[in-house]
Amino acid sequence: MKLTNNELIGLYRDMVYIRQFETRVQELFAAGVLPGFIHLGIGQEACMAGTCFNLVDGDIIGATHREHGVLLCRGVEGKAIMAELYGKVTGTCKGKGGSMHACGLKQGALGNNAILGPAQTIVNGFAYAHKFRKNGKVAVTMFGDGASNRGEFHEGINFASIWNLPSIYIINNNGYAISVPKSKQQKVEDLSARAAGYGIPGVQIDGNDIITVVETVSEAVKRAREGGGPSLIELKTYRWRGHFEGDPTPYRTNEELESWKKKDPIARFEKILTDQGITTKKDFGTINAEVKAKVDECQKFAEDSPWPPMSEIYTDVYYHNEGSVQQ
Amino acid sequence: MREITVAEAIREALSEEMDRNPEVFVFGEDVGLFGGCFGVTTGLYEKYPDRVLDTMIAETGIMGITLGAAYSGMKPVPEVMFSDFITVIFDYLVNQSSKNRYMTGMQEGGQNAGFVLRVPNGAGTRAAAQHSQCMEQYLMPVVGLKIAIPSTPYDTKGMLKYAIRGNDPVVFLEHKMLYGIKGPVPEEEYLVPFCSADVKREGKDVTVVATQVMVHKSLAVAKRLEQEGISVEVIDPRSLKPLDMKTIINSVKKTKRLVVVNEAPKTHNALSEIALQVVEGAFDYLEASPVRVCAPDTPIPFSPVLEDVWIRSEDDIIAGIRETLK
Repeated sequence: MKLTNNELIGLYRDMVYIRQFETRVQELFAAGVLPGFIHLGIGQEACMAGTCFNLVDGDIIGATHREHGVLLCRGVEGKAIMAELYGKVTGTCKGKGGSMHACGLKQGALGNNAILGPAQTIVNGFAYAHKFRKNGKVAVTMFGDGASNRGEFHEGINFASIWNLPSIYIINNNGYAISVPKSKQQKVEDLSARAAGYGIPGVQIDGNDIITVVETVSEAVKRAREGGGPSLIELKTYRWRGHFEGDPTPYRTNEELESWKKKDPIARFEKILTDQGITTKKDFGTINAEVKAKVDECQKFAEDSPWPPMSEIYTDVYYHNEGSVQQ
Repeated sequence: MREITVAEAIREALSEEMDRNPEVFVFGEDVGLFGGCFGVTTGLYEKYPDRVLDTMIAETGIMGITLGAAYSGMKPVPEVMFSDFITVIFDYLVNQSSKNRYMTGMQEGGQNAGFVLRVPNGAGTRAAAQHSQCMEQYLMPVVGLKIAIPSTPYDTKGMLKYAIRGNDPVVFLEHKMLYGIKGPVPEEEYLVPFCSADVKREGKDVTVVATQVMVHKSLAVAKRLEQEGISVEVIDPRSLKPLDMKTIINSVKKTKRLVVVNEAPKTHNALSEIALQVVEGAFDYLEASPVRVCAPDTPIPFSPVLEDVWIRSEDDIIAGIRETLK
């Protein structure tokens, strides 16, 4: 698969956008500005950007609480995502969802499902609708190594297999389910091996190598579009931050973190781009400055936005309410 | 008017709605060629082989198909074989479908959550504690969910058609002991909206609010007590969420007495909420404390002699009514 220079630079820009957006969220949370729980995807940018690169209008992707970046890559306005994190009425969900449910349905970016497991079955409903409508679209579910131990992962993937659905299961395997390491989670070395039990293709790759991610997901997406059914892809990666902001991470060593920082997906990609003469160091500076201006704008928009009116408590409960909502 | 059974009414409703909307589909364990464990979907598979789908035993997988397809704008009508099993899929009812519209702020392009989950409900089949419960009391607190609980062929057909045309998550409770009962159902099309409690029999001395099998028992009781000069009004709420309290409160204002009758155990019974709302809304009219006629707070016993006593009888309902008339 040959990517154009523009596509390569676009992938770089997506990863930088995620990194800067998430870093800003980290700072705002630390400053006490953002309420609630925050889970950051810093370090996992290639998984998100590389996957979304393969999706087109009408495709669906649902992820977990760690993937604000998926929304950004799908074209959901960063301003609306940031406003949602603040709880403002201009947020993607009018401030009624927050970090764990921010979404862009029009852009095919589902609400992040903050209960692990259900997304691995719900993906199949979207995939079934695609198949029924014969529209060649796919449905992707992106989740962690922890969620792959839920029964619903197994029920879902079996369903996708036997109904031959265009569902793509992508595991961002960052090695920990909150604090619990792989050694306490699974006996199999590779989570991708679980695909064999369901008679579907499964592959494990380096999730911090964006080109490999793009190419591997592309293959699975192509197969699904052509009626070839589901796939399981395991992306080996690492989260630089704790499970949630405020997590003191007593379960891992600094050496381990530093060793993964050496595999930074963005720095690695910069080297590839400069080695191939596609960009210069100066270009990186320009892109980073442009992205910073965009993130500044997101923050300002969120700060300046109004809070939701109290009437929002009572709306959106039913589509059609024959009775009344008790107040 | 012709008479058909509840099972036939369901089959007709499904078939008519599948004709009307090509994106309605029916699926679940054994609903295809086998026709469902209670024979309700018999013949449907032959008519719509691509839209009546058998699944493996995987209730959460079934609900995944349901929610994703609903969010995509299709109209799934899944079946879970016994209402007892909704505990297995509780997350999809409590945390997913019923909250998704709210959490996403009703965005453009979604979030549809229109589906009708059909579940056989209730005791009387000698199926013991895990296959006999009336599960409405577990569902009552779930905001964003709708609950249908019809008792007649007419109501069942009209409500099922109405539910399928809606855009909200609906749990449609079908009582197993009612599948075979017959009642008048017109040939021509009609809908029965939710939140429309039905006065099944008018009376002036006491209001009895009952659901499913207990509606029929209460009507029999009303006939028996008529001979003693006691006039019983019987109301079937038909849907518990949303709940038509107006009809019930107006009735109690007239009769000044309330008995609620439900097959499930008494503590936190679904109809306790009705009794409390009557106390809040018509306290000054009441001449007696509301009375609950419900099952004991125990699992459902297997032995026929035990189950027959566990399920409240006409005599139990009469005792409850007499309590309010003391």
